[in-house]
Amino acid sequence: MFPAISASDYTWLHALVGGTLIGLGSLLAAAASGKIPGISGMFSRLLRPRPGDTAWRVVFFLGLLAGAALAFSLVAASNDYTAHAAPLATILAGILVGFGTRLGGGCTSGHGVCGLGLGSKSSFVATLTFIAAAMLVVFLLRHTALGGLVS
Amino acid sequence: MIARFVVILVAGALFGAGLAISGMSNPARVLGFLDLTGAWDPALVFVMAGAVLTFGGGMLFLRSRRRGVGWFGTQLPARDHDPIDRRLIVGALIFGAGWGLAGFCPGPAIANLVALRTDALLFLPAMAVGMLLARFGFHADAD
Repeated sequence: MFPAISASDYTWLHALVGGTLIGLGSLLAAAASGKIPGISGMFSRLLRPRPGDTAWRVVFFLGLLAGAALAFSLVAASNDYTAHAAPLATILAGILVGFGTRLGGGCTSGHGVCGLGLGSKSSFVATLTFIAAAMLVVFLLRHTALGGLVS
Repeated sequence: MIARFVVILVAGALFGAGLAISGMSNPARVLGFLDLTGAWDPALVFVMAGAVLTFGGGMLFLRSRRRGVGWFGTQLPARDHDPIDRRLIVGALIFGAGWGLAGFCPGPAIANLVALRTDALLFLPAMAVGMLLARFGFHADAD
């Protein structure tokens, strides 16, 4: 079902279980913080610390790192990793992702998981838009002569 | 107060483990989903289905059980009614362009930090710069 991109035992079950854990983590964070726990919004507000509104974000990210470390060490398939972009392209991508997520008010988790989960119209439009833009860029880089620019 | 931080720590850990187990920390999987005309990889659809249904269903359940009250004296966040304006669209287009360029969105990039992957070490400081540009140049995150 999945294109073979590694020798691991990755299946659709990894995708579904992993996605469910992401949803569960988002749910607990929303109920305990009273905020929509989008990653880009939480990260961005760490760059602007405010008393009483920063510690919980730090704790969330410490948990995220710990959970990822645990999964990397216990679940073989989670270690599949293939880098794609050259260093300069990766840096440019970082700037675009940081700028775009904050201008547009969310990323794959804030608009994608939480916004769609709550039935927000603007998150639906944003999610369709960023997926379409990403698909266009991947098409241009992988299936046209433009690909030579970044790899 | 301690209990609240413990719940949020567990929330972060579930989220981070989910990113790693789902394969979304691997840019090749993400780009495989985005590559419609190549060897298309449907993994991201399963990830999003699991995440959206769990979060959406869980919020519906908590909302009906607790009448909109969250834990530790908070209010459950509600559906936003943000306008669908040029900011939203242009921001999403720019985010999508960056996502397609390297296969990283913010969560997976942070998860890869713990594996000390060079890509994450390059991507995250650049992402912080982009966020600060949006804040100081375009009044993002003004709340």
